[in-house]
Amino acid sequence: MFPRSIDEVMEALKVHRYIADRGLATAIFLALRLGRPLFLEGEPGVGKTEVAKVLADLLRTELIRLQCYEGLDVHSAVYEWDYARQILQIRMLEASGERDEVRIRQQIFSPAFLIKRPLLQALEAKNGRPPVLLIDELDRADEEFEAFLLELLSDWQITIPEIGTVRAEQPPVVVITSNRTREIHDALKRRCLYFWIDYPSFEKEVQIVRARIPEAPERLTRQIVAFVQELRRLDLYKLPGVAETLDWTAALLALDQTELDPAVIDETLGVLLKYQDDVLKVRGEIAQDLLTKALLRAEMPSGNY
Amino acid sequence: MAGHLLDHLVRFGRTLRAAGVPITPGQMMNLVRALEWIPLGDREAFYHAARCTLICRHEDLEIFDRIFEWFWRNPLMGGQLPPGLLSTAPGPIRRRENRPRPAEVGHPPSGEPPTGNPEAPPVILADRAMTYSPIELLRRKQFERFSEEEIQLARRLMARLRWRISERETRRLRPGPKGEHLDLRRTVRRSMRHYGEWVRLLWRTRKHKPRPLVVLCDISGSMERYARMLLHFLHALSHTRRHVETFVFGTRLTRITRCLRHRDLDEALREVGKTVMDWSGGTRIGECLHVFNRDWARRVLGRGAVVMIISDGWDRGDVELLQREMERLQKSCYRLIWLNPLLGIPGYQPLTRGMQAALPYIDDFLPVHNLASLEQLAAHLEQLPARRSARRSGLARRIPQGEPE
Repeated sequence: MFPRSIDEVMEALKVHRYIADRGLATAIFLALRLGRPLFLEGEPGVGKTEVAKVLADLLRTELIRLQCYEGLDVHSAVYEWDYARQILQIRMLEASGERDEVRIRQQIFSPAFLIKRPLLQALEAKNGRPPVLLIDELDRADEEFEAFLLELLSDWQITIPEIGTVRAEQPPVVVITSNRTREIHDALKRRCLYFWIDYPSFEKEVQIVRARIPEAPERLTRQIVAFVQELRRLDLYKLPGVAETLDWTAALLALDQTELDPAVIDETLGVLLKYQDDVLKVRGEIAQDLLTKALLRAEMPSGNY
Repeated sequence: MAGHLLDHLVRFGRTLRAAGVPITPGQMMNLVRALEWIPLGDREAFYHAARCTLICRHEDLEIFDRIFEWFWRNPLMGGQLPPGLLSTAPGPIRRRENRPRPAEVGHPPSGEPPTGNPEAPPVILADRAMTYSPIELLRRKQFERFSEEEIQLARRLMARLRWRISERETRRLRPGPKGEHLDLRRTVRRSMRHYGEWVRLLWRTRKHKPRPLVVLCDISGSMERYARMLLHFLHALSHTRRHVETFVFGTRLTRITRCLRHRDLDEALREVGKTVMDWSGGTRIGECLHVFNRDWARRVLGRGAVVMIISDGWDRGDVELLQREMERLQKSCYRLIWLNPLLGIPGYQPLTRGMQAALPYIDDFLPVHNLASLEQLAAHLEQLPARRSARRSGLARRIPQGEPE
């Protein structure tokens, strides 16, 4: 189950339809072997979140996801008491004549009334396998949460005042992602293995699209990827990621396109570019030029570009 | 592990540190542990392992690659980094050595190449009659007329200024009696004292935090007279507030946030001098704002940031571009403040093309020419309105005439 070498990681990822380069495979392999969190940064849409999903598949374990946002607190990240049931329970105890405060307290603050949020869930291995914990878009959380996380990552235990300390017997496999809308503190990043996911090369991106959308004709796929690659050389506010390439491929398939042409590009450019300024800039003449280049490149045999 | 490999690793770490990449012993330990899992002789795997254990910032990756390539070609050689290994690296990479840069930058070098002349830079008028000015006079005096001593005095005054940037409501909740969110956890726990009766409801309220501040300061030729005092100002600002991002621009945009982190002003200014390449040259505000909007806006303008541009508005670039980028910038921040040193001169009219193009998108147009104006700015920042002012629609793309608000 645990991969024994970097090449094994690469193979396993490929089986799960994730095309990674050797750098990422090395980082994943070492993160698993050293029991360190994997910290993934990169532009939006390059497949950071996907790594965690594939890892969970690959290790045949559960994926627990914590989506970060500003103000994320213990109540929604770690645990919460089920207040409605607690109140009912108090009433029921009362009705049965229970008056002892200590006993009531013991009853209603017991694990049965505890709602486990992702971080607490992640401390528990199901059927002997630690889960994969995805902490997604950590840059969106605030510093208070970051500080809490730093503590958790170092000792893997959580204290619930009413119950006691919960400790992970086997720490989860942790994947943290960030889109860099804010700098994450170095102290946290140093605890992790850091990997920057870049936009893929032409050949690699073709492989990715083929792995994800095998029904797309090869010729179209190469044209699409070549066009997106050209687009990434432009000076745009937001460059299209691999996610956009995949969306566009799906869109063009739905439109029954077998080939790129200027009209369909202008109509569907909004799938690739998410800012109106960018769309206006590219639409028309520039798109034409890119298309010409892309068609040429798509025809070239691999490795000649 | 073989002893000499360990030696090499330690020296490799030291070399990286010397090049300004901070590496902790913990990270070195990670690398050593990682090597147990890497087949000996697999150079590529070793490279990736070292990269993901030692580096934790995107901007350090490039310098790592250069040093890795150089160091492991012959790790026995060791010694000094060859000159030029780092200097061709594009962008502001932090480094502490072997840069033949014009260094003395409390006062940015003027146009001619520095020949190590010890003369006072042109910014400062020689001390004449005035050897000491009463503070009140100094407050009103224009920066470019400061004597060397006055600069020192002003430096101390500036460090004492209090910068309390207006706060915004965050989404984090904290206990508070007048809150609007019911604090169930505390309410239930408290109710235990009363046999489960909710005698008192407890509340939570939004936490407040100061807004992040982003400063873009013009250091082109026409701003040279103010550059020194402004850098002192930026340094003082960076050390009173936690979330200040600082950039300077002339013909290109440079981030100097990290340089200014040095507590010691002179050390900080030396770092700035090594990093910034376009002192006292031309100005292309539009292009620089474009780079800012494209590369930095998403990273530093979150959470209701206040942006301050410090410039006289002399622009030799594309005015239409400037206008477009100003519009975009205004829309992506909470408040856009333009500080213009010329505004302190009686009778000044913002008539330059650049200034005219920018004006419609500015929320506050304020002077920055003496200490009094800085105090005024501090007071203004403290009481920014709770709602952001109206944003101009992109349809109004015309260079408007007339006065600022």
